[in-house]
Amino acid sequence: MTASRWQAAWTVAVFLFILAPIASIVVFSFNADRFPSLPWGGFSLTWYEAILTDDTVRAGFVRSLKVSAIVSVLATFIGFATAYTDYRFNFTGKMPYLALAALPPTVPVLILGLAMLSFFSMVNLVGTLRAIIIGHVVICAPFAMALIRMRLADMSPDIEPAAWNLGASRWRTIWSVTIPWCLPSIFAALAITAAVSFDEFMIAWFVSGLEETLPVRILALLQGQVSPRINAIGSIVFFISVTLAGLAQLLATRRDRQS
Amino acid sequence: MATPKRSRRLIDGFAAFWAAPALIWQTAFFLAPLLVLISMSFWVVRNYRLTPDFVLKNWERMFTRDYFWAAYLHTFELALLVAVLASVIAFPASHYLAFKASPAARRWAMFLLITPFFTSYLVRAYSWKIILSTEGVLNVVFGWVGLGPFEMLNNTFGACVGYLTLCMPLVILIQLFALSNVNRDLIGAAHNLGCGPLKTTFTVTIPAARVGLILAATFAFILSFGDYVSPAYLGGGKPPTMSILIVDQTKSGNHWPRASVVAVTMVVTLITVLFTALFAAYGKPGGKK
Repeated sequence: MTASRWQAAWTVAVFLFILAPIASIVVFSFNADRFPSLPWGGFSLTWYEAILTDDTVRAGFVRSLKVSAIVSVLATFIGFATAYTDYRFNFTGKMPYLALAALPPTVPVLILGLAMLSFFSMVNLVGTLRAIIIGHVVICAPFAMALIRMRLADMSPDIEPAAWNLGASRWRTIWSVTIPWCLPSIFAALAITAAVSFDEFMIAWFVSGLEETLPVRILALLQGQVSPRINAIGSIVFFISVTLAGLAQLLATRRDRQS
Repeated sequence: MATPKRSRRLIDGFAAFWAAPALIWQTAFFLAPLLVLISMSFWVVRNYRLTPDFVLKNWERMFTRDYFWAAYLHTFELALLVAVLASVIAFPASHYLAFKASPAARRWAMFLLITPFFTSYLVRAYSWKIILSTEGVLNVVFGWVGLGPFEMLNNTFGACVGYLTLCMPLVILIQLFALSNVNRDLIGAAHNLGCGPLKTTFTVTIPAARVGLILAATFAFILSFGDYVSPAYLGGGKPPTMSILIVDQTKSGNHWPRASVVAVTMVVTLITVLFTALFAAYGKPGGKK
């Protein structure tokens, strides 16, 4: 029995390791001291005030929101289309097709960033928000595809043919049967792709030029002095991405209770 | 079969509509950039301008430099170390969650693992940078009990903390998934035959979950091999890793062809490692049931 205790303690320790940096960043964003460490220097909102008046941070924040909103819609559309293709059709070359659709997240973002920098510089897109959006859709679409495909796996393959036999066209069937069924996973995909895009800094760093998104701004700040302002920005970024990722999980797992 | 009665044309517009987005997008913006990356490793920089060409100069230049091979070896060793560390540290926790924790606890654990995987790696790395620094929380606490201060940044220890932050959630998730799929009857049978818990774990559970455990370690390797943040900001960047070489060559050196040589070498390495791992996971005779 004691072995079990040790194992439980070990598990708790591992989770502490995973969660400690998150807790620490939030706690010390409210610390009055210039260096975010113990002893506690008193509660303060100074650092939040400082970043609210910082134009580079605000501009980065707005860019990140814009990028992640557009990325989530595009990536989720592509993800749905790919998941549906996999669900409904068989064709020669389906395996390479699915590999192409699923592989992007396995390539290190640093290498994708460099590849996209060289590619976009040939078509004069470096330094535009469009470049960041295009790059983010590449790595986000596979996540959307996976989520929606899991949901489609629970849809009986006879439901669509039933609608066809009742006279609905294939387009009509998608609209009135398939999409409503997939809706929770579509919302989950919107949330998770928005979170991934909102957090992504490597591709954005390579192709953004002067159009810095918020994580790229954080990367720039990291190269300088340690400052509790980064804690404040980090806490905000963290709050947003946790909300999105949590929402996505809630939506994606609702299926379990329904069926 | 299940398709409508209309005669099938050679190209089905409906099917094409759904298949096309991913095909077009990932060919144009994933495959094409990677091909540009490969071809760029053969280009030259003339008068500070990138010129398409076909020369082996960049490859020769990088492959004959000691610092390139030092970086390669260093990166490979670090990633291997992290793959082993992450697997060993994660396993007792995954095992606990799979076999001993309540279903509710398991659901919470999965939520607490999936969320960090999708959130703010950069911010978490920054957080460690403060926690581990000389005046940081850990050293303050060590000071209270009369220890330290310890140097935990700008060395392998700092880099590993960062790498583990990056890959631990994913490693536990994959291990948990693999262990959950192990047939409980096998474990029960081992116990009935008088096999102790530790021996059962090593002779029954681990072999049965082998594929997932190897995949988990492989993902840890892939993630840390390509990571830039941990070695640069927590590991101090000396000696440089491959990722740091790429950033240096691109951002300050402005020599994209050399950076692409490093990148292509990394991709080839990762593909080799992935296939070796898959072979080890699935290919071994005796492993198949």
